[in-house]
Amino acid sequence: MHNNIKMKAENVDFFYGPRQALKDINLDICEKRVTAIIGPSGCGKSTFIRLLNRMNELIPNTSLKGRILLDGEDIFGQQVDAVGIRRRVGMVFQKPNPFPKSIFENVSYGLHVNGVKDKKLIEKKVVSSLEKAALWDDIKDRLHESALKLSGGQQQRLCIARCLAVEPEVLLFDEPCASLDPISTGKIEELIMELKKYYTIVIVTHNMQQAARISDHTAFFLLGELIEMGKTQDIFTAPKDKRTEDYITGRFG
Amino acid sequence: MRTKDISQKIGFAALFMCMLVTLFFLGAIIYFIAARGIKVISWEFLTQVPKAGMTQGGVAPAIVGTLYITLGAIAVSLPLGLACAIYLCEYSPKGIFVNIIRMSINNLAGVPSVVFGLFGLAVFVKFFKFGVSILSGSLTLGILALPVVISATQEALTAVPLSLREASLALGATKWETIKKIVLPTALPGILTGIILSIGRVAGETAPILFTAATFYTRRYPDSVFSEVMALPYHIYALMTEGAHPKEQTAIAYGCALILLVLVLAISGAAIFIRQRQRIRNA
Repeated sequence: MHNNIKMKAENVDFFYGPRQALKDINLDICEKRVTAIIGPSGCGKSTFIRLLNRMNELIPNTSLKGRILLDGEDIFGQQVDAVGIRRRVGMVFQKPNPFPKSIFENVSYGLHVNGVKDKKLIEKKVVSSLEKAALWDDIKDRLHESALKLSGGQQQRLCIARCLAVEPEVLLFDEPCASLDPISTGKIEELIMELKKYYTIVIVTHNMQQAARISDHTAFFLLGELIEMGKTQDIFTAPKDKRTEDYITGRFG
Repeated sequence: MRTKDISQKIGFAALFMCMLVTLFFLGAIIYFIAARGIKVISWEFLTQVPKAGMTQGGVAPAIVGTLYITLGAIAVSLPLGLACAIYLCEYSPKGIFVNIIRMSINNLAGVPSVVFGLFGLAVFVKFFKFGVSILSGSLTLGILALPVVISATQEALTAVPLSLREASLALGATKWETIKKIVLPTALPGILTGIILSIGRVAGETAPILFTAATFYTRRYPDSVFSEVMALPYHIYALMTEGAHPKEQTAIAYGCALILLVLVLAISGAAIFIRQRQRIRNA
């Protein structure tokens, strides 16, 4: 298996005020693979994934040490614009958060803010994004109805479609199934498996079976530290660290 | 029956009585104003200028004047208040300085309206030499309405969930695009409700226009923003305190009060309508 490194964390420390949330994280994210981040609540996994597209900047009073590289370039570099990074690194959140607009407007929003004016092109991209997110067949007759009328699972797939429309290189999923039922969860997982052909994917999850099912690599976080990272198969069958083993066998967490 | 049940019954009864008393006064206001005002209301009353020393004719100039001053006040307070609230909510750094500004704005809402009237007289009428005019009155009332517009807008903006802002920023939108295209449209019903309620207040104010815009009697309709105008609230005040025909004037005053009441109720009704429609749309 040949793996190009798409993103890389180098000696990352992160603080909320005086409290250190991440301690010396070093981690590689491979291109067109699914990297799962697991760990108990409060271990820093959501904090980490939010660094990857600079969403952490929205919280005042935080500080970062170390570097996070995208294609070898530091995304926190002085010349680098957060807006540009977020266009390249898309994010799907824990709770589906469609805009209170129509389905069409939800997907076309990202195109508008990125300066796409051509109406035909926008229409084409909306359709293809909805198709890629496996939502098109559900909603093709009600593109102009409110997105809030969709079910939770459909809303989450809409949020994925919304991300895909701006053609990011990396997709971040922050516990995307936390508020969904098992059937919707299954659909999202299938979708992620499909999407990894085209995108680099990082997913934070509480659900170890989910990590085992869909990821190629798994990183285990505990109390702000990266305890162990490796091929998913190895992590789940032969963890090197006792704490990883305790966690995945359900002894705590 | 146990004592607990009895005290609960007494408690509910007391709350119910308070509600009835409130309802009684509300009903009484509407009844007395409507019963006395309806007698003078006619097509002529709504469309004609006053005649024969205020005892005949209509109050059309006062209705028109109130409309102009109110619209002018909105034109002043809406852009200023919106901009100020957006800055305070979305851009200003959090700290003591901004908290002091917020507190000052809230205190501004508690300033008696006659003080605004004197301020308007000193600043707009005299200093800027706008004279007693629609312009001076609109500016004075606009400033009076500012705190209400600002707090309503701030409340509506704060109520927009963080998750929507995050979603927009994560798609590569700038902060300004996020505010313009996501936050403001989502907050719109709340902002509108606040604005419309402040219109209701502005339309009925007397003291601020006393020295800045209103005149007791004019046969003319205003021809520019520098014209002085008649206004319903001030007209009521004048009818009850000046003039030589108290009996006829009192009847007309109740007529004016009824028109003002209907105007304000219509405005509040519009606010409720907009809010309900948005609720249905967001459901």
